[in-house]
Amino acid sequence: MCTRRSERLSTRSTTRPTAPWTSGELVRRQAAQEIGTIIYSLGCFPSQKDLHDFIAKVEEDHTGYIHLDKFLPAMTKVLQEHKFPPISEDLLLQAFEALDKEKKDYLDPEELTKYMTQEGEPFTQEEMEEMLTALADHRNQIHYKDVVSQMTIKPDK
Amino acid sequence: MGKSEVRLKKCERAIRAALLIQRWYRQYVARLEMRRRCTWNIFQSIEYAGEQDQIKLYNFFDFLMHHFTPASSERSLISHIFRVNEICRDAEWERYFCYESIEVPDSYTGPRLTFPMTFCGVSKVVQAFKHKQQLHARYVLQLLRETWRLLRILTNISHVSTCHTKEITICGDLHGHLEDLLLIFYKNGLPSSEKPYVFNGDFVDRGKNSLEILLILFGFLLVYPNDVHLNRGNHEDHIVNLRYGFTKEVLGKYRVHGKKILNLLQKIFSWLPLATVIDHKVLIVHGGISATTDLNAIARVDRHKYVSALRPPKPTHYAADGCKTQAMGSNHREASGPAEGRRRVCSLTHHSSPPAQRSDLPRRSLHNLPMGSLLSWSVEEELKRRRRLAGFDQSYGELQRSDTESGATAETDEHEWKQIVDVLWSDPMPQNGCIPNEVRGGGCYWGPDVTEEVLGRHNLQLLIRSHECKQDGYEFCHNRRVLTIFSASNYYEMGSNRGAYIRMGPDLVPHFIQYQASQACRELTLRQSVGWTERSALRALREQLFVHKSDLISAFQEFDPNNTGKISLSHWASATESVLKLGLPWRVLRPQLVSSTQYGIVDYQMWIRELSITEPKLQISDTSILETMYKNHSNLETIFRVIDTDHSGSISFEEFRQTWRLLCSHLKTEISDEAIADLAHSIDFNKDGSIDINEFMEAFRLVDLSAHA
Repeated sequence: MCTRRSERLSTRSTTRPTAPWTSGELVRRQAAQEIGTIIYSLGCFPSQKDLHDFIAKVEEDHTGYIHLDKFLPAMTKVLQEHKFPPISEDLLLQAFEALDKEKKDYLDPEELTKYMTQEGEPFTQEEMEEMLTALADHRNQIHYKDVVSQMTIKPDK
Repeated sequence: MGKSEVRLKKCERAIRAALLIQRWYRQYVARLEMRRRCTWNIFQSIEYAGEQDQIKLYNFFDFLMHHFTPASSERSLISHIFRVNEICRDAEWERYFCYESIEVPDSYTGPRLTFPMTFCGVSKVVQAFKHKQQLHARYVLQLLRETWRLLRILTNISHVSTCHTKEITICGDLHGHLEDLLLIFYKNGLPSSEKPYVFNGDFVDRGKNSLEILLILFGFLLVYPNDVHLNRGNHEDHIVNLRYGFTKEVLGKYRVHGKKILNLLQKIFSWLPLATVIDHKVLIVHGGISATTDLNAIARVDRHKYVSALRPPKPTHYAADGCKTQAMGSNHREASGPAEGRRRVCSLTHHSSPPAQRSDLPRRSLHNLPMGSLLSWSVEEELKRRRRLAGFDQSYGELQRSDTESGATAETDEHEWKQIVDVLWSDPMPQNGCIPNEVRGGGCYWGPDVTEEVLGRHNLQLLIRSHECKQDGYEFCHNRRVLTIFSASNYYEMGSNRGAYIRMGPDLVPHFIQYQASQACRELTLRQSVGWTERSALRALREQLFVHKSDLISAFQEFDPNNTGKISLSHWASATESVLKLGLPWRVLRPQLVSSTQYGIVDYQMWIRELSITEPKLQISDTSILETMYKNHSNLETIFRVIDTDHSGSISFEEFRQTWRLLCSHLKTEISDEAIADLAHSIDFNKDGSIDINEFMEAFRLVDLSAHA
């Protein structure tokens, strides 16, 4: 793990200064960010709900902190049970095709934005902007077949 | 199935599809974030390891000073390093700044300045630098003289007040990044009495326009002395400058007057104020604080005595040949125990929390710097008294000292020195406590409890500091009581980070403006900028690995008693860390560093061979010298520049040989005189019996040719 000094992974993010927060909801959202990053980078694909459930199990009594002692066994279990398996290229393609109502083999930014920000576990504006920058080509179209093959990260040996 | 049911099914499909895509994309972004943080760690570890390295080198010189006999040739070599400036009295300094004799030719197209400096004048300078012109040496010297005169009357701590019409702008490290300073001025406006600025140190080193930044900042300081405030940073230190590029920059730009400019800057740096306080509520210092930080004590010190953090103050006296040197206690000392045995600087509160060291091996640091025992002090005191009786001059800084002072002065000096070093070199840490900053080698790591205590003791509400590069240009910590501000964008590499500055009004609430100097970076996607920076970091890391080849192989062989040439991944990781000591997540980095793994086993011999870095253009038969050279690239260059006292850019064969002998003592390795002579002859490119430092360093710069680059 990259944390160099503390064994307690703080769920209070020190890198994003925001307005002073007191509500538990905000704490959990910030916890989700840091823990999510770790879980994702271990090759797992949990949904936001999966993450919240996981954190609720390992968090230390609403303090906003997660101790390594609790996290490690829970995480190991997740890995051993393949609880949040990766999404295959085929499945991903099918998903994009489901959104491509007119079957034109690409999506317009407006189409994608509508789904990503209104359905499922919606993106924030920031996430949406970043996704469009990453996926749209010079014609401002999202050619998902190319995107999927370029951006699927192969699992480590 | 009815039409509405079909429609419903299609809707459900779409929602499930959206969920899937969101899940997939979030995972992708998180993987990139992890890579970005690893990259950051790599850059930062290598940066701090370099700083620590330099301090180890200077500790070594200091040790030598106390152990070599007067006759030894090494001693005269090292005495260069500790030689105090020959000019001591103010009157002499005035003359040294003499620029009147320097003629400015008609062909000079740069700005011509008149003094006292005006807003018009400094604007001309800014414009000139924007168009890549160079200011004539005469005007540089003149500007520096005026700056020195002004700085001398400033107090150690600048006090600033806000009012409704004036917001204060606070900038962090600039490190020679002129484009960032120009961008700040463009977005925020030039300094003026309506637009006060605080610049929080580290104006120089690393970037290639350190001198231009200094001249601009000094220019504005001269025009608006009440509204422009400069704090000293740890890089405003001539010894640090030898290693990190500023010395080289000045000598390169001013071949005739460079040395003079450097000497003057050495003095000017020591006169820079140490802190700024806004409305008695906000403290701004470059590094930070320690548990013992006392602003009243800092306000009282003679700050100009502390020319370099790497050289604690010692009593000065004249050696037999009449040139001033620092205390050579050893010729009179009987005991000759190791440096560590003497009285140390030990004034940090130690806590039970685990230390922040990256490894368990003992490190030399400023904290172990020997300050001389009481015995040697009294002998030196006696010598000093006798010399004074004999009519030798006192150094400027010693004028206040009386003959009857006891060893208590040494202790006061120690405490003062520590106050200053702490304020210039410390870093915050998440845990409570205050421990020596072994990573950098100077100052300390301080925790949130220390923040509360020190701020409380001084009735302050916020500490603004710089010193550490931050991804977004700024970062809060310690319950938002400590704010780091860093103004050099793309510091590690193109796209590595944004810079930022602060605007603050009477409500003392900081507002941030972020920027990134290059247009190209801003248009990169997250993936592209992470990839670019990552490639650069990995290149730097591979160079480090290559340079430590033999040590790595020895470490691997410890885990491979049967000499199979293969070890497990976890052994690979721990062996690599034990050699490089960078505290990096090797297992996470492994996929990008090692391609030859099978079932969790690394073929380390093959891996080392695959680290394809070019060899130098010259053929050196002795590979151990080569490795030493690569590993100690920066140290070598530092020693060369120190030896090159006339700043000519080249050294003689004899000096070259002495450098190597010095370095080998430091590293405790052996290199034969013949090997050194061979090396010297092969790099005497001009065949004139002297070695050009720049050419030498270039010839041995590593070039990464791996497929990943």
